[in-house]
Amino acid sequence: MADPVLAISELSKTFGALKATDDVSLDLKPGEIHALIGPNGAGKSTLINQVAGTLKPDTGSIRFDGQELTGLTVAERARRGLGRTFQVSSLAPEFSALRNVMLAVQSVQGSSFRFFRPVMRDTSLIEPAMAALERVGLADRAHLPTSELSHGERRQIEIAIALALGSRAFLLDEPMAGMGPEGSKKLTDFLDGLRAEAPILLVEHDMNAVFALADRISVLVYGRVIATGTVDEIRADPEVRRAYLGDEA
Amino acid sequence: MANRETIFNLAVALLLLALPIAANYAGEPFYVTLATRIAILSLAAVGLNLALGLGGLVSFGHAAFFGIGGYTAGILASHAFSGDPLIFGLPGTKQMIVIWLVAMIAGGIVAFLIGLISLRTAGVYFIMITLAFAQMIFYFAISWPAYGGEDGLPIFVRNQFPGVNTLRPLPYFLICYALLAIGLILFKLIADSRFGAALQATRQNEVRVASVGIPPYRIRLAAFVISGMFTAIAGALFADLNRFVSPSMLSWHLSGELIVLIILGGVGRLFGPVVGAAIYVLLEFWLGGITERWQFFLGLILLGVVLFARGGVVGLIAGRARHG
Repeated sequence: MADPVLAISELSKTFGALKATDDVSLDLKPGEIHALIGPNGAGKSTLINQVAGTLKPDTGSIRFDGQELTGLTVAERARRGLGRTFQVSSLAPEFSALRNVMLAVQSVQGSSFRFFRPVMRDTSLIEPAMAALERVGLADRAHLPTSELSHGERRQIEIAIALALGSRAFLLDEPMAGMGPEGSKKLTDFLDGLRAEAPILLVEHDMNAVFALADRISVLVYGRVIATGTVDEIRADPEVRRAYLGDEA
Repeated sequence: MANRETIFNLAVALLLLALPIAANYAGEPFYVTLATRIAILSLAAVGLNLALGLGGLVSFGHAAFFGIGGYTAGILASHAFSGDPLIFGLPGTKQMIVIWLVAMIAGGIVAFLIGLISLRTAGVYFIMITLAFAQMIFYFAISWPAYGGEDGLPIFVRNQFPGVNTLRPLPYFLICYALLAIGLILFKLIADSRFGAALQATRQNEVRVASVGIPPYRIRLAAFVISGMFTAIAGALFADLNRFVSPSMLSWHLSGELIVLIILGGVGRLFGPVVGAAIYVLLEFWLGGITERWQFFLGLILLGVVLFARGGVVGLIAGRARHG
């Protein structure tokens, strides 16, 4: 079996008396979509934030491509190939979609300390950025300021950024949120194809999307992983049904 | 691409050049000196605009760099005058070009040290910590008798520039104007560059910048250092204009003035500092002749700008800023 790209082991994080992450171990294998589901407040975003580096775990380890991530900054982790999207879109609002993605391209080229050449005439930035926007179907909106785009479109920009970074693993925090049924369907198809490029750790509330996409599912409740398994195993798990899925599954 | 802002900027640049030349030949050298003040304050504020306008770093301590530039000019000139060597047996100098270089390096080093610590904070804490550093330097200058202490330090004869009689008002204005022009061109180049893109993105959303793998702290620190260098050169010019350096160049009033200039003219706009400095100096001149409380009216105008024209005067005339 292939080595996992991302391996989280025995991770814990408490906020005061609240155990937001409680001895969590899970991994992400090449080519798979690993969905992370659970009720609101279960600690899904907290877990993503610890992997991306915006939060520091109390104990435990996170290994990416065999290297320990603990102690690295958000920027260093991103440069190693962790592409994340946010639960609430986080972009530079005054910049156009294109310029937001161009920022990722210049980071990949390792060249943010260039002071003189104008970026808007720099095809080595514009072309890869446009290509990424085209892949998420946003090329015709590329020049609008991000603040004028819809929630769904901002989601797409975030994914385009993760693509432009050449990410070797994606951390997607509720990418379907704020999208209409048609948008969700399109994004589901897109993510389905994306897993061949790099594995995806997917936090999502849209169960149709999760069941359609996930190779494996982990269920998080009160910061603990209560079950990990294939779609069918999770659907059949009595504890999961009681804690989260209820009757809908 | 000639949009409204470009045309407006060119008009301001031409006016600032043509008026003092006309005044000079009309036998009114005082107005040339007034225009020189505008050019120098503009350059100082262009420096601050890099940190504040592009980077969102509200530095309330830029008087430190202005004063360091001023003291560099004063100290180097006084050693050249007395013939005493500086540290390590190095001589003083009367050459402006050397003075500017030293001012730039000194300003850059101090900006690096101040930035290293203050950029670990943000918001009000950043404002206060930059103020605190500038005040430390201010009190140091006051209590250091070797270079005049509280009384300041005179520059007996204005420093020299090859081929130019710097003692006459118009040539000195042209020197200051040329440096302002270079400063504006560099600002524009930096704003449009990859570094500028990262810096402006850092202002808008730090987490986003870090998440694409660009370290925001290093971007800000570089911007703060460049910003301090610009303002230090302006300080050296200011010292030579007045032929006098005093601790008031380091005082928090001046830091505040520079912020006010930028807000008046337009935060982050290329010509914001120039327009702001022109309004400020002209108001001081006209209203200052009528009443000692001229800053009351400056306050009213500032209030008007903040309430009704968030992009400053440039924003009012040329519309909202656009990012490709």
